[in-house]
Amino acid sequence: MASRYDRAITVFSPDGHLFQVEYAQEAVKKGSTAVGIRGTDIVVLGVEKKSVAKLQDERTVRKICALDDHVCMAFAGLTADARVVINRARVECQSHKLTVEDPVTVEYITRFIATLKQKYTQSNGRRPFGISALIVGFDDDGIPRLYQTDPSGTYHAWKANAIGRSAKTVREFLEKNYTEDAIANDNEAIKLAIRALLEVVQSGGKNIELAIIRRNQPLKMFSAKEIELQVAEIEKEKEEAEKKKSKKTT
Amino acid sequence: MALQDVCKWQAPNTQGPSPHLPQPGAWAVPPGCDPQTFLQIHGPRLAHGTTTLAFLFRHGVIAAADTRSSCGNYVECPTSRKIIPVHQHLLGTTSGTSADCAVWYRVLRRELRLWALREGQLPSVAGAAKLLSTMMSCYRGLDLCVATALCGWDRSGPALFYVYSDGTRLQGNIFSVGSGSPYAYGVLDRGYRYDMTPQEAYALARCAVTHATHRDAYSGGSVDLFHVRESGWEYVSRNDACVLYSELQKLPEPDKEEEEASRDHPEPASRHRDSRMPAETEIL
Repeated sequence: MASRYDRAITVFSPDGHLFQVEYAQEAVKKGSTAVGIRGTDIVVLGVEKKSVAKLQDERTVRKICALDDHVCMAFAGLTADARVVINRARVECQSHKLTVEDPVTVEYITRFIATLKQKYTQSNGRRPFGISALIVGFDDDGIPRLYQTDPSGTYHAWKANAIGRSAKTVREFLEKNYTEDAIANDNEAIKLAIRALLEVVQSGGKNIELAIIRRNQPLKMFSAKEIELQVAEIEKEKEEAEKKKSKKTT
Repeated sequence: MALQDVCKWQAPNTQGPSPHLPQPGAWAVPPGCDPQTFLQIHGPRLAHGTTTLAFLFRHGVIAAADTRSSCGNYVECPTSRKIIPVHQHLLGTTSGTSADCAVWYRVLRRELRLWALREGQLPSVAGAAKLLSTMMSCYRGLDLCVATALCGWDRSGPALFYVYSDGTRLQGNIFSVGSGSPYAYGVLDRGYRYDMTPQEAYALARCAVTHATHRDAYSGGSVDLFHVRESGWEYVSRNDACVLYSELQKLPEPDKEEEEASRDHPEPASRHRDSRMPAETEIL
């Protein structure tokens, strides 16, 4: 039955599905993992970097993008679709400043992106955007925020979330490990993000891209070296935890 | 490709300005005429002329205005309201064409209300001023005349912006708008201090508007006084301008009094300043 209701997206199926939107969500599940964590004074975005071909310039593959000085987003899904959404969001951030003098709130720009995505689920001749986005930033009031949007145009606020391939595994890890201690300071929040990604990423720190925003500071992308340092620290902590465990049992 | 393109149907843009506003540029004039010249020659005589002022100080923003609406050579209304509340923490003084001001304030009120519903909080005074000036900029060259000072209290404290329909948008501590503004500026610049008490501020505002109404033909009637505090705006008083002026004449000038006191001279008996008599020259 599905095949008769998935050609044009403006058609509901008899049991209430919009199949194109659901297929778009499947496309998102094929994209590389992205994780977002909201700390007390910091927001962290981490993405799994797909291994690039030998001759490809690594720097041209960017999955974490700044929308304005105080907001940035990571996505999972079709890169080309993401480019269009990011462009529109960047223009909207500046338009907002032009019209009302104030920078956008994270919720405003999330709502804009979600409305844009919803428009494409309700016009003929177009297909939905095949991306989910994690949008992080700080508002004027200094409160950190993390939002997630999906191809259907809904958005929710999260304390920590993951999208893309193996999102479920990462989310379960976060549910177990996102505690008040885990985000007690900035460094801990960064380590939590890396640990969450290491659950699903092959070959460790080389395939992780990380970015943070601290209150009143612009987006900071971590260099490969800094990520390696963090990964090394995590491995050390893991070893120490293992040692403690083995000491207890013997 | 799509049916809607063939039928040339546009989905309504619910985020943009209302479709009920007149389309800019759509002014029906005879061919070969530009709207502005046409209006100047044949248009209705619009009400102009007023004294309004607003200034910012530690305890908020004071807005004061006269109440005379003049149209050409006669007084249309001696008791009009020139200070219009927009929302609990925002007032606007209006000058220019009364009709334009009234309409645009309603539009601004609507836009700010929609903004508050969508965003969960009102924009700052700077944002409201920007919105107003952006909305009016579509009508530039069509003889719209709205000169207004937006007085409000927002997250950053008391704020004051001057917006004019040609697109000017200025931030400042003291503004006076209208035909009587030069007279008001004279008094304001003399007596303004950021650290005034509210009572001193009220006295200064009343004094400035009263002096302007005394000299400017297009200002008069009464003096309205509003105060925007952290808790919202407050209508302080409405006093008749002539009564206020004669009361001000009776008061001794504060700095003359201090000079006399410091030199231990007795106060001269008559201080009545009649405009027909030459002013007393100060002996320093």
